[in-house]
Amino acid sequence: MRYAAKLALRHLLSSPGQTLLLVTGVALGVTVFIFMSALIGGLATLLTQRTVGSIPHVTLEMRERDPRPAQLPGTLQTVVQKDLSRREQIAVWEPFVTVIERTPGVVGISPQIRGSAFVERGQAIAPVGVTGVSPGNLSVIADIRAAVVSGDAGLPVDGILIGETLADDLGVRVGQVLRLVSDRGRERSFRIGGIFSLGIASADRQAVYMNFRAARALFDLPTGVSRIEVKVAPVDDAPRIAETLRRATGLKVTAWTEENAQLFEALDAQARTGTIIKAFALITIVVGIASAMLLSIVRRRAEIGIMRAVGASKRLVTTVFVLEGTLIGACGAIGGALLAWAALAPFPPVSDVPGGGLPIDSGQGQFLLAVLLTTAAAALASIVPARRAASVDPVEAIGQ
Amino acid sequence: MSAQPLMSARGLEKTFGEGEASAKVLHGIDLDLAPGELAALIGPSGSGKSTLLTILGTLLKPSAGTHHMLGVDLTGASEAERTRFRNRNLGFVFQFHHLLPDLTALENVMMPAAADAGRETAAMRERAAELLDAVGLADRRDYRPSAMSGGQRQRVAVARALMNRPALVLADEPTGNLDRQSADQVMALIAKINEATGCCFLISTHDEHISARCRRKIELLDGSLVGQGQSTISSASSGAGA
Repeated sequence: MRYAAKLALRHLLSSPGQTLLLVTGVALGVTVFIFMSALIGGLATLLTQRTVGSIPHVTLEMRERDPRPAQLPGTLQTVVQKDLSRREQIAVWEPFVTVIERTPGVVGISPQIRGSAFVERGQAIAPVGVTGVSPGNLSVIADIRAAVVSGDAGLPVDGILIGETLADDLGVRVGQVLRLVSDRGRERSFRIGGIFSLGIASADRQAVYMNFRAARALFDLPTGVSRIEVKVAPVDDAPRIAETLRRATGLKVTAWTEENAQLFEALDAQARTGTIIKAFALITIVVGIASAMLLSIVRRRAEIGIMRAVGASKRLVTTVFVLEGTLIGACGAIGGALLAWAALAPFPPVSDVPGGGLPIDSGQGQFLLAVLLTTAAAALASIVPARRAASVDPVEAIGQ
Repeated sequence: MSAQPLMSARGLEKTFGEGEASAKVLHGIDLDLAPGELAALIGPSGSGKSTLLTILGTLLKPSAGTHHMLGVDLTGASEAERTRFRNRNLGFVFQFHHLLPDLTALENVMMPAAADAGRETAAMRERAAELLDAVGLADRRDYRPSAMSGGQRQRVAVARALMNRPALVLADEPTGNLDRQSADQVMALIAKINEATGCCFLISTHDEHISARCRRKIELLDGSLVGQGQSTISSASSGAGA
């Protein structure tokens, strides 16, 4: 092996220009591989961050009392209808908050009163979804405080925050008063304390935030809450944490992943596309190395012949050329990894990517995988040419 | 002729191709070589000299006949066995030096031993240096073939052939590519090594100057031996050491 390595190295050093060209080709392929990994990974991170950034990761609600068949004695079968006589609310919610707080991975809790209402201003009427939260929990789920573009995010009992689109539709500004009629028939006037822009069309047009206590009055809910929304970290743990909370509380618990299947399909498709591009980069490397090795073998046919003639085994000849290809692959892979590292370094973290910027996450560049895969692929690509070298007929090759 | 020849060939035949397109180039060759011989294989072009040398060098299998050397039946040996045998017991010198261009003179001389062992050792370096010294190239050990003259390269090739202390060196037109002076130098070197080490040389040549310096002449004509002289050696020793 040591002698084979020496011969392989001498072959490579005998034509430094050609070797450099080969190594550069491999390095570029590896750079593409790593760049695509970092881009696809960064894009997935960005999409996930943007998606989960303003939604609850786990939601706890009261179980719905669904209709169910009931078998009574005799032949009569009846169906118990959905019980609409009671509001679906978590009547005693404080103990659940304590349980949730103690669950590992939970980073934020927001008990909420939710309901539908109409906003009236003059002859204009707009349907809205109202969220009642305590002022301290306003930004636990979506960062409303940071999204306020006009006014402030303080949430007094008589104040509300509305979306920018709704404000434009109704032609209102901060400080003006709006009348809300809830789906419980209660009416009340609120002063617009702030206008926010989340960049999510449905929220900016229909979401209204108000003080928890004001929501109790508007929706006629003196004690309970509609739901408890929870933020977790890391977000990928949401399904596991949801299962833990489901067992601990007996409530209906939904993780964000269950309601965003389309996102995962899109991310999967994106990942597959990245894999195909990376596979092509690897195939290019394999074809390049195999071609270079075949050319090298044609050029060194007489040398191979003389080695075989003086008693070099087929195994030695095979090893020399496999090592030659592997060395090209390994040097190119390491060079490509360094090149990719230098190229990716100037990109900001995904969380700081400006609009229109490339979301590159160099942490997902799969540097080690790229180096190992390329080296292994180079070794494999050299096997067939190397075996051909070993089968060179020494008599024919040296013209004897 | 010694009672136990170094190499013995009986009824060697070689046919290339099949059917009507076949060509028989060797016809029932019977040949013995004794340890320490210096023999010339002569004959016109196309008489089968190179084919006979490649068969005796285990690079080619005969179509018929038997080939024994050092008591080993090489006709029935596998390719791997013949490769190993060739490495340890045979040396080759070709018309073109066929040195590896990426190795120095010293490394080229060591190559047969290193290829067998899978590495280069201090003992191999010492042996190769001695051989280069013996062929008058002690000061060229670190030179690449491209930096040496034709005669010097061929002397390196002779040293390489002796690296594993072979019992038999097969030389195919070893001076065919050299000028008169270089050819004489190489032949003188071969004769000196043969004298000093007892290594058997079989030299294929067109050159009467070369064949005249050999103690035995083996003549081929149209694939048949038409004369093979008498062995002048009856030594029982085999193997060589420079």
